[in-house]
Formats: sequence, C-alpha cells, structure tokens
Amino acid sequence: MSTPLTREQLARRIARAIPDGAFVNLGIGLPDQIPDHIPAGREIFLHSENGILNMGPRPPAGEENWDLINAGKQPVTLRTGGSFFDSSLSFAMMRGGHLDISVLGAFQVSERGDLANWSTGIGEGVPAVGGAMDLAVGAREIWVMMEHTSRHGHARIVRDCTYPLTARGVVKRIFSNLAVIAVTADGLEVEEILPGLSLDALRAQTEAPLRPGAMRPLEG
Amino acid sequence: MLDRRVADFAQAIAGIGDGATILLGGFGGAGTPLGLVAAVHAAGLKDLTVIANNGGSAEPDLSLWLAAGQVRKLVCSYPKSKLNTTASFSELYLAGKIELELVPQGTLVERIRCGGAGLGGFYTPVGAGTALAEGKETRMIDGREHVLEKPIRADVALLRARQADRLGNLTYNMAARNFAPVMATAAELVVAEVEEFVEPGAIDPEAVVTPGIFVDRVVLKGAPR
Repeated sequence: MSTPLTREQLARRIARAIPDGAFVNLGIGLPDQIPDHIPAGREIFLHSENGILNMGPRPPAGEENWDLINAGKQPVTLRTGGSFFDSSLSFAMMRGGHLDISVLGAFQVSERGDLANWSTGIGEGVPAVGGAMDLAVGAREIWVMMEHTSRHGHARIVRDCTYPLTARGVVKRIFSNLAVIAVTADGLEVEEILPGLSLDALRAQTEAPLRPGAMRPLEG
Repeated sequence: MLDRRVADFAQAIAGIGDGATILLGGFGGAGTPLGLVAAVHAAGLKDLTVIANNGGSAEPDLSLWLAAGQVRKLVCSYPKSKLNTTASFSELYLAGKIELELVPQGTLVERIRCGGAGLGGFYTPVGAGTALAEGKETRMIDGREHVLEKPIRADVALLRARQADRLGNLTYNMAARNFAPVMATAAELVVAEVEEFVEPGAIDPEAVVTPGIFVDRVVLKGAPR
C-alpha cells in the first residue's frame, strides 16, 4: 500500500519544478510551504499581491514590521534587490502575464482546467475573492496544489466544477498528493503517479477521465 | 502660500458629511490610517459607503465604523477576517444590515485608477464566466471574453503615508503603499495621515510617489484628535 505524499513532500515536489530565475506568486494556504523547499543555488523571485517583489521569509520573533506583510497578512521580509509598488502595478504584473508561475490551492479543477478556489457556494457565509480571480487569469502558468480528494473522499478533479468558478480553462498542471497531472487540449494526462498506485486506483479517485502520460514515479 | 498641513484630526476630516463615499487605504493593517478612522468614528458620520480592500479586523480600523453602524455599503475584495470582533462585517452581512459589492482585488484598484484618470472603464478578462460578471456587459477581444468594469470615484480618500511636505507630496512605507497612490487620484477630498512632515525639497523628486496635486490635507499621525 503506497502512502500519499505529506503536505511537506508535496511542497518539495513543486519547489523542484520551479525553474531558476522564475517570478512566482504563491496562493494563501497550502502553497505557503513551497519557499522552504527551493533547492539550494536556485534563485526564485516571489511576488506578493499587496505590492512586493522578491519577498523573503518571516522575520525572527520581535523583528516583525506590520507594514511589511504578505497577502495572508503575515509578516515577511524583503530580499536584496526587492521592490515595493502600488496595487495597480502589482495587478498589472499578474494580468499582464509578467509572472511565470502561480501556485494556487483549489476546491475543484475540471478536465478543461477550469478552476474553483474562491468559494464553496451559497450558504457559506460572507463571500470573499481577494486577488484569486486576477491571479488565475494572469499568470503565464497556473499550477494547482491540492489533496487529490476532499476530506469526505469526494473527487476534486472533475468533469465540471460544481463550486463557483474562479476562472475558465486556466490550470496547466495539478500537483496532488497522488499524482502530477497535466491539463492538455486532449484532456488530463498523468505525468507522475505515486509508486505502487495503479492508474485504475487513481482513476477511482478522479471523476474526470485520465490518460496515461509519462507515468514517472511521484517523489516528495 | 500653499500649505496642505492641518494641525489636528478635526480639521483633517472637516466637511465630510453623512452619506459620504469614502475610499479607505490599506491592505489588512498595512496602510490603514487609524487616526483618520478614529476621527470619522468620533464624528459619528453615518450612511457611509466605504471602498476598501478588507472588511476590518480586531484592530481599531474599519471595524470601528461597522460596530457603530456607520456603514451602509462596503465595496471590497476580501471582507472576511479571521480576527473578527463583535458586530464585525460578517455579522452585519449575515443579518442583512449592510450591503456588499464584491470586486476582485485587481479590478477594484483598476476601477479606482480609471476614476482618477478620467476614463470611462475598461474591459478585463478577470471574472469572465464567473458569478462576479453576472449582469455585466461582456465582449470578445482577441478571442477572449472580457467584462466591462466601470470607474469608481469617491467624495473622500483617507490614506496613510510616511512623509509629506507642505505641498502634499507623499512617500509611503514598504507594503503599506498598496491602494493609497491610486485612491489619492480618485476623490474630491484627499486626506493623508503621515509619520512626519518634511521641508519641500527634502523628498528626492525621483522618490515622490504621490505628487501633491492629488492631495488636499496632510495631518501628523500623532496630532491631537
């Protein structure tokens, strides 16, 4: 029986996939852990929607500056060569296709790359969207980082999203705790799969059809 | 001689009336002008329409106005907060006591930019095909669906900045800049709460972020309330 990747292993897998020199925006939640796992010697530039480029990690306790926070309103630092700018320019960076990659959490992704990650629908209380739609539409590549199924065991990779859409046809790659799946013009293709997990077993946890691709072993 | 400086917060908010539409700077706690917020709270202004990125937190920010029932409508990208206090936005919203217009963050700032730049709006791919585009005009541009978004202008902008001179030239502090430079362009009355006053010329002209033409009043953070 193969064990699904932990969140830390999944963060490490994604960190390895980000190329040197990339400008990246990480969504709030699961993707938070990715910067801790960037391989040594690789230079990655993190963008924060509230107007920061080349954002660094959280400072030590006692050194927080509450005018220097990330999109999740947590204190961060600025790396050498970083910059500050207003929200208009920050979202121009997103919409204008200047960010190479954005890694986002998701509730659901469809076989066409539709993304649902801002709301679980009516009755959830106060709606809030923040920069989710802007990011989803703008970055050159949208990667999704998520558990393959919901807490209740429901498939999250679906034929059609049932949750409210964030954007249509934007997801390029899904990194789950079971597989790495590319969204192609011909549907979903399995690039990596957990060692010991069969394609049929993966399909059983996926509503959308899956085609075998490279089928390399998924390693954390 | 032009002098935008005022001595206290009462003068800073003088002339703002009930029913005003207010652009409120800040992203979370970074950039929220707490002195100006307190002054508007103390003045008991009501029926306000507030345009702000967030819906208040445990800090004495927009949540002060919400708790006092001063806000009729909020135009906002992220009204939720983990730090919600009593009579927070969530409570008022779920009780049907406040109106919400939810706007994607980049669209929000761009609508304000259009308002300040004299533009009639813009087409954006953001929100196309989602619930937030319902009822809005759409158009295919280069094979991609775009949504028409209209400009936002307000009666007042309340902002926080770092330095100001008497001409109203402003600099900001790190990520506390966020919405402020754009909001400064889009209101009839623009008021900035600042950390320090400096002599004209003390701010490198290359480093002025908001030129004083956009600013009406500046008040020191520590001025009498």
